[in-house]
Amino acid sequence: METLAVQALTGLASASSLFLVASGLTVIFGVSRIVNFAHGSFYMLGAFLAWTLVSHAPLAEWGGWGFWGGILLAALAVGLLGAAAEMVILRRIYRAPELFQLLATFALVLVVQDLVLLLWGADDKFGPRAPLLRGATEIFGLRFPRYDLFLIAVGPVVLGLLWLLFHRTRFGILLRAATQDREMVAALGVDQQLLFTGVFCLGSALAGLGGALQLPREAVTIHMDMAIIVQAFVVVVVGGLGSLPGAFLAALLISELHAFGILVLPRITLVLAFLVMAIVLVLRPYGLLGRKPEGPPPATEAAAPLPGPAPRWLQGAGMAALAALLLLPPFLGEYPLILLADFAALVLFAASLHLIMGPGGMASFGHAAYFGAGAYAAALLARHLGAPMEVGLVAAPFFAGLVGFLFGWFCVRLSGVYSAMLTLAFAQIAWSVAFQWVEVTGGDNGILGVWPSEWARGRLAFWYLSLALCGLGVWMLRRAIHAPFGMALRAQRDSPLRAEAIGIDAFRIRWLAFALAAAMAGVAGALFAYGKGSVFPSSLDIPRSVDALLMVLLGGVHSLSGPILGAVAYAGLQEQLSRLTDLWRLLLGLVILALVLFFPGGLARAFYRRRGA
Amino acid sequence: MLQVQALHAHYGRAHILHGVSLALAPGEVLCLLGRNGAGKSTTMKAVMGLVPPSAGSVRLEGRELAGQAPHVIARVGLGYVPEERRIFAGLTVAENLEVGRRPPRDGREPWTADRVFALFPALASMRRRPASRMSGGEQQMLAIARTLMGNPAVLLLDEPSEGLAPVIVERMAGAVAALKAEGMSILLSEQNLLFAATVADQAVVLESGVVRHVGAMPALMRDAALRARFLSV
Repeated sequence: METLAVQALTGLASASSLFLVASGLTVIFGVSRIVNFAHGSFYMLGAFLAWTLVSHAPLAEWGGWGFWGGILLAALAVGLLGAAAEMVILRRIYRAPELFQLLATFALVLVVQDLVLLLWGADDKFGPRAPLLRGATEIFGLRFPRYDLFLIAVGPVVLGLLWLLFHRTRFGILLRAATQDREMVAALGVDQQLLFTGVFCLGSALAGLGGALQLPREAVTIHMDMAIIVQAFVVVVVGGLGSLPGAFLAALLISELHAFGILVLPRITLVLAFLVMAIVLVLRPYGLLGRKPEGPPPATEAAAPLPGPAPRWLQGAGMAALAALLLLPPFLGEYPLILLADFAALVLFAASLHLIMGPGGMASFGHAAYFGAGAYAAALLARHLGAPMEVGLVAAPFFAGLVGFLFGWFCVRLSGVYSAMLTLAFAQIAWSVAFQWVEVTGGDNGILGVWPSEWARGRLAFWYLSLALCGLGVWMLRRAIHAPFGMALRAQRDSPLRAEAIGIDAFRIRWLAFALAAAMAGVAGALFAYGKGSVFPSSLDIPRSVDALLMVLLGGVHSLSGPILGAVAYAGLQEQLSRLTDLWRLLLGLVILALVLFFPGGLARAFYRRRGA
Repeated sequence: MLQVQALHAHYGRAHILHGVSLALAPGEVLCLLGRNGAGKSTTMKAVMGLVPPSAGSVRLEGRELAGQAPHVIARVGLGYVPEERRIFAGLTVAENLEVGRRPPRDGREPWTADRVFALFPALASMRRRPASRMSGGEQQMLAIARTLMGNPAVLLLDEPSEGLAPVIVERMAGAVAALKAEGMSILLSEQNLLFAATVADQAVVLESGVVRHVGAMPALMRDAALRARFLSV
């Protein structure tokens, strides 16, 4: 009984920390509609800045004042960094499609990761204990850290202060108004840019404060950003995007479930939060306290019709490229052949996501789930049944398609950010299964010895196999887009109401497209697995999903050659940069930022425009 | 006061306004008339910068506004009341007014909450009520009151009588007349001819984004043939 009570208190303390970060994220989203991946980076910066401030002179010599001053200074500094990021980067792309803003914030994540590594090094940092709050108190006869008691109070206090800000100050009232109707606020003479900069400053400062307050509790590491951002997304979505009380409630719910889940079912702790999110979104599609956006969804311009047959020069270039891919490899060494096979798998992976995002008009933050499903299907068959590659390659699309069929049914019922978040949740569930079900999947150690059959074991043969399968996959996706099925898919994207009025079952079409894309991603995943000879949980983790997203967005969502160009450009860039320098994340991030700022239509469109086509 | 010259506007590729011109004198009420889709609301939005004009000029007391951001245009002195009202549903009446509040303009009596409540007494008793729980007429009053809080030099009123009960329309006409009596210049857009006739001095009739007729409102009311040509459905 006592243990349970203390566990509940621990849950409360975690809820407070989580709420601080999530509140900033939800406030930023409410006003700017930007899903800010970089929010976790600001959290991490808060922790590192606080560590530097409180463990070095002069603040380290000032005792309690120095400590608490350092925490607040760190939060303030992160707030200013957030404002700067808004002014320099995000402000320029508010009119770009939503996903481009996401791309920009993800580029920031990459940049901050390497900057932190450069400035602070890779080793974990340990902060001093908080003055006045050292040690533990006895609660129900058990020792409980005093600092956690303090944290329990911080959450409600911050919620209260934010409530006052949003209801008792002009700035807060303007922010709430802007959350509902930005254009009307502008028509009343309010400069939105100031509001946006202000809200980024506030939200980032909250993230920074959340990070800084972790200092006495846990080590400061360079992996804090990804760990917290995923949790914060879950909290914000479960609570209802833009709702502060909702975020508080969701933080409580998830932290308490985690605190007790670890006692009862330690094996499923990783999955738990995402299961909660999936259940909440199925029952309440806009989160616990979220409201359905009023009125019709913000008008999105219908995408231009797909370009007709490719211009002659492009067809020529395509044929030439294909000829080169067929004729040159016999003269290439082992390493380029490995790379080429990888690229082929990635092209199919990107093309499959493109079906969902381009013609389908949906967003997926979790496409790696199906890539991974294909890879694991092949690997599990090989490990447990000794199945040869041919069987694996046939089974992979079916298994991945089945997973896509199952997950897709939930995901395609929602739209926009909510749907994207649900795809993320399902991908994390899939990842957790691969990671925690050690008996079957080998957990973190993965599955080794997933090799191609004898005839395809040579690098050259495997390259031709990859080229054939991926070419076939891409060709099938293209056929699907141009078939009546694809037209129906594009029709429901551009105008769901009109599409339904002429008899298109939008839900079913989206669902089928989702499953088809999953199946194709499964082929790509299986090929990737055979190419590497092994499968690890990283084949379905978030960075893998983000890779796919980046490839599609870089190439351009509304172009058929986009995912191909994007995949080759992104994978090639990553490969080149990582060979050139240790700071490849920093460079890649900067390149992505440049692309987003200068080519908001994607590579394919920039290419077309250059040619005047 | 407000001069609009050869204004063009597009929605995407659709060319909506084809060179709309009009001139509003100080203290005057000018009414845009025309059938649905004639371009009345688009003219308002183009003047306000919400639909950026593709050509033409908008001048307030000689200052060029075309091409400026909406918040700049609002600060210079245009107060816009949209057709859909677009009140902030999650905010209370008092908070909605606060969003509209701007510093006073030289030489005019500043608008305060008390002063708008005097104009719309129905609002005075619901300061703390969320705007989502108001009737259509109350929301329309709030939308006008909110814009007045910005102390505009010219008021743009887009179809203030739309969807309101006749008794509320009458009250709305009374409020517009009161504003006019205080010397406010108003650009009005209306489908309700009787409403327009009670308050407007000048009429500009639009059809397919083109000005078809400019003249005094009373003269238009006397000319049944003209009305039948451009306004009857």
